[in-house]
Amino acid sequence: MSTWNTYYQAHSLEDAIAVLTQSPSNNQIIAGGTDLLLEIQQGRHPPAHTLVDITTIPELNRLEVTSAYLWIGSAVPLAKLITWQPLQQHCLALYEAINLIGGPQVRNVATLGGNVAHALPAADGAIALLALDATVWIASPENGRTIDSSQVNQSTPNNLPIEVGQVRLRNQPLLDCYAGPGKSTLSAGEILVAFQIPLRKDGESSAFRRVMRPQGVAIAIQNMAVWLHLEKDTIMDIRIALGPAGPKPLRAHFAEEKMRGQKLSQATLSEATAAILAEARFRTSPHRATAEYRQHLTSVLLNETLAHAEAGRR
Amino acid sequence: MKLTVNGKEIEIEPQPGEMLAHLLRERLGLTGTKIACEEAECGACTVLVDNVPVLSCSYPAAKAANKQVLTIEGLAELNNPVSQSDHEFQLHPLQEEFIEHGAVQCGFCIPGQIMTSYALLQRNPHPSEEDIHQALKDTLCRCAGYPTITRAVQSAAAKLRGEPPLRPVLPPVVREGELTPPPYKVIGSKQARPDAVEKVTGKAKFTDDLKFPGMLHARVKRALVPHAILKRLDVTQARKLPGVVAVLTAQDIPGEKTHGLVIYDWPVMIGVGERVRYVGDAIAIIAAETREIATQALDLIVAEYDLLEVVADPVRARQPDAPQLHPNGNLLKHIKVRKGDVTHGFEDAEIILEHTFHTAITDHAFMEPECSIARPLPNGRMEIYVGSQIPYADRSQVARALGWEEERVRIVGQLMGGGFGGKEDIAGQIHAALLANATGRPVKLLFDRHESLLAHPKRHSTQIRVKMGAKRDGRLTAVETELYGDTGAYASLGEKVLTRATTHSSGPYDIPHTRADCYAMYTNNPPAGAFRGFGVTQSAFAIESMMDILAKELNLDPIELRRQNALRVGSITNTGQLLRESVGLLECINLVERELEKQAGQMEGASRTSRSYFQPRPVEGKPHLRRAWGFAVAYKNTGLGGGAPDKAGAEVELYEDGTLEVRTSSAELGQGLVTVLRMIVAEEFAIQPEKVRVLVMDTDLTPDGGPTTASRQTFVSGNAARFAAQSLRNALAASLAEKYDVPPAQIRFIEGLAQVNGHTLPLSEVAKILRSEGRTPRAYYEYWAPETKPLGEGGDMHFAFSFAAQAAEVEVNTLTGEVRVLKVISAIDVGRAINPLGLQGQFEGGIMMGIGNALTENFIVENGVVFTDRLARYRIPSIMLTPEITAIAVEHPASAGPYGAKGVGEIVSIPTTPAITNAIYNAVGVRIDHLPVDQEVIVKELT
Repeated sequence: MSTWNTYYQAHSLEDAIAVLTQSPSNNQIIAGGTDLLLEIQQGRHPPAHTLVDITTIPELNRLEVTSAYLWIGSAVPLAKLITWQPLQQHCLALYEAINLIGGPQVRNVATLGGNVAHALPAADGAIALLALDATVWIASPENGRTIDSSQVNQSTPNNLPIEVGQVRLRNQPLLDCYAGPGKSTLSAGEILVAFQIPLRKDGESSAFRRVMRPQGVAIAIQNMAVWLHLEKDTIMDIRIALGPAGPKPLRAHFAEEKMRGQKLSQATLSEATAAILAEARFRTSPHRATAEYRQHLTSVLLNETLAHAEAGRR
Repeated sequence: MKLTVNGKEIEIEPQPGEMLAHLLRERLGLTGTKIACEEAECGACTVLVDNVPVLSCSYPAAKAANKQVLTIEGLAELNNPVSQSDHEFQLHPLQEEFIEHGAVQCGFCIPGQIMTSYALLQRNPHPSEEDIHQALKDTLCRCAGYPTITRAVQSAAAKLRGEPPLRPVLPPVVREGELTPPPYKVIGSKQARPDAVEKVTGKAKFTDDLKFPGMLHARVKRALVPHAILKRLDVTQARKLPGVVAVLTAQDIPGEKTHGLVIYDWPVMIGVGERVRYVGDAIAIIAAETREIATQALDLIVAEYDLLEVVADPVRARQPDAPQLHPNGNLLKHIKVRKGDVTHGFEDAEIILEHTFHTAITDHAFMEPECSIARPLPNGRMEIYVGSQIPYADRSQVARALGWEEERVRIVGQLMGGGFGGKEDIAGQIHAALLANATGRPVKLLFDRHESLLAHPKRHSTQIRVKMGAKRDGRLTAVETELYGDTGAYASLGEKVLTRATTHSSGPYDIPHTRADCYAMYTNNPPAGAFRGFGVTQSAFAIESMMDILAKELNLDPIELRRQNALRVGSITNTGQLLRESVGLLECINLVERELEKQAGQMEGASRTSRSYFQPRPVEGKPHLRRAWGFAVAYKNTGLGGGAPDKAGAEVELYEDGTLEVRTSSAELGQGLVTVLRMIVAEEFAIQPEKVRVLVMDTDLTPDGGPTTASRQTFVSGNAARFAAQSLRNALAASLAEKYDVPPAQIRFIEGLAQVNGHTLPLSEVAKILRSEGRTPRAYYEYWAPETKPLGEGGDMHFAFSFAAQAAEVEVNTLTGEVRVLKVISAIDVGRAINPLGLQGQFEGGIMMGIGNALTENFIVENGVVFTDRLARYRIPSIMLTPEITAIAVEHPASAGPYGAKGVGEIVSIPTTPAITNAIYNAVGVRIDHLPVDQEVIVKELT
């Protein structure tokens, strides 16, 4: 009846995976636990025999800048991540989003990994990661076969020393983690290790915005992150992510397509908005927002995020 | 595992499912860490783990292994590690400044506020106001002392930097016709709360902090269906669960089966074959060795229901074909207010307007959820430890259910983490007592936030139609109002609340013809009862919105329109009461207007019809933002009124150490009554307030002070304390006069001394003299407030009214509909500002609660089922919503009030909502007629 029986703090990926795979139906991975523990307490998630805390695994707490990427350990507390200088420098959208997640106490334990693994379609961190073209490193059990850690290291970003024994690491696009609202594709024993985000180059910038409502649950009615590569006022490349606009975070590919090569003008924005509206599946959520309001906010957010990103480019 | 708590290394094994908060509170006895929501929403449980603040209610205890934990109890010690003694500990500057700035009210959130602030100052010694707001963004305070908290943190930061601390903000006082302050020594001076030190150090005990040997833990099985007949109830499996000691159902109630404050219509438990009227109805109660076992047992109870059609709103409830919920039908009361002849008044009118307004159900969301401990005594009596607004009513209701004489029950009032009207009704008191009686063991019944939201009475939702007639020059000729009030499943104080809503529904205006009809209806929603404002919050929103609609239609200035019609001395209210004194409304209006013009950068005497602050103003560089001010006024009765005998008893005793104690059962909810009582007794004896102790809320030890409601305690208990002090003083003087053979009039009391015939005696000596004469230096006084008349009879329905004017500046985002309140100016006629520091807290907290009522709070019930059953879904204002507040106290003394004082607690909050919604109209032209403000509606109307 207790929400959990044993709280196990894993010391390595191998260790965590071993415990998780021992009894996949009874053992449950936990990071900051800011969502999971409440869900168990409130009966929205089954109790677990063993909660396997992965925040104590060193690889998951790494923050590194390589020649091409930022490596953000999935279990770094958000509050710590915010103070990491390269984040603001390279990923303004993510920095802005994380600043808005929860309150200060929650950010001291909550993790970016949890924000993604919980698989909500409008998680602020996930939306920003999506616009920033983040990929995800996932560790999984290698079915008893020991693999050479040097092999693994070949596929990780330059010289990231990951000590792995009986685990397999793979890199995949962020969206591949999503199965549906609140459902991730990660299977039992799989651990989200880190996010890899390309470094920012000249002419690139990003931004995050959301609209809240003062009543009810403190999650965004609508959020949006953009990543923009401008040369003069021509959009060389752009990525737009928003939520909730369907069962998973939405990459607005149609709109991006329409905007590439265009001037950043009101006409382009109108066209892009129309493209998002064609692509997004906005729903009416009772006591929160109607689909119409969300449609309306799409244009507001696109204008704001783009203006903000444009102002922030270098 | 090993961990370090407040500098001490300990070894303790975490239990399954154990959170850090429970380890600290239950196993280490560190009850300074509070649990208010247990859903990571409110921050009350904040402690530091390795120097960062975390929410200990959702932080697994096991995770703290090998870490450093700092709780509120460790903060003072930390500041002075040399001395561990209780008497010598040195407060941390944060603790000192929280006291100094009056940031401590009910105190329940304070440990969390201080710990979160401490972490902030550790990493940022120079925090800006914005930094503080960001750090405390999710650390909620329902007394809403956010401005005082912010100033306290800034002041502590200054102190820690070695700079002088900030001066506390006190409201400037504007007196009626008096140029010099009245000759009081203590009244009107800045005083700290008597319980402040305990509250900032975590030593303060609230009910859930208490433990008794052998104590059982209770849970209540609630129906969770809104309307049904309970067909079958089987508790056998629950009884069999190991660790369950008792499971009681309706048939086990030895005494009366119902409770209630006015009407006994609320079943203690619903029996088989009886009607369930709301989701919170109790069907069985369990006592077990642990809370976990009791909770497990809940699920083993089997109940079957015949579901019935749900009466979801008061309009439906009044329809003839609606299911009837009570033997007398669904109409609790049809309340009528009549003055003159509205038909005639509307004939006289040159303009007639009509509009209908809707207000939402709201929840008190006091930070401390309800908790009762019943403790059977060997002598056959029962003690109930509880934070209650009406201890004597608790006593009689508990005794009634037990079938006992009232005197067998003792209510031992505890510190209360906020009440706001929500702790007037019975919560767990009776259930705990029944279980304690059945088991012979102490029983604690703690509501979690979820249960608190489901069960206790709310603010009435209303539908209010206002029809208003006026001359072209703005003079009101007639106001007709029709109110529907949703009193939910049971009466609670519904009739009283809606009577107040009705009598105040034409506003604080002198109108020749008024007519008001209110239908107080039973429904299958959670009961509605008292909530700060007591119905007037709702009707003020309607009438003050209507006044602005009229001003707009007539192209008149909204301030001028109100001034023109305002109640003043000589006016007759809509209930036929001639106001003979203490009507400071015009002064409040003038003061707010003056401050508004100052803040808006306008010269006084600028054109009255084109005040720029009521016009929309764009924000530079942000064309989608519009700002404007809005204005509203209000009045609120002090005291029960309506012919109800309004009395309070108080006792004052002098001790041989020269200290005094004042005793009354009146309740301290955080509002500061204890400070007021202490100051009054100190004033009467001309001694330092620290020499006066205050004992409240104990039915064995304190005389009945009546309910703490209707902004009445400063007036009635304050008067009782004052007259008890005076009569004690007279008794002492008489004794001394006899002993020293001087006329009693020559004996003076000053600075803790009695002056007799040229020489002085310390009060301690005086106490000894009386005791040596076989007399106890103690005086009791039962104060009866001036008589009032029932509604409908004319004359004085109330013995005093407080008045208010407020202006609010809002910023509306025309693209998203989002609304922010930037500034609020408030002037309140309080009669006499007895306790200025406490008054500032009431001013600011009242405005914050008004902002919540306008913008954030919406208790949603869908067809009888509560949607907002978690704090996460019911949002109360956070520190982020704090506007810049300017508060002014106006003193138009009430002659019967203590030193002229009248009620404060409710009036401070009432005009805020309409001031905000009027400002929204002025900014973007959208008239808000449903509360809370829906940003989506604003956008819809703008596009």
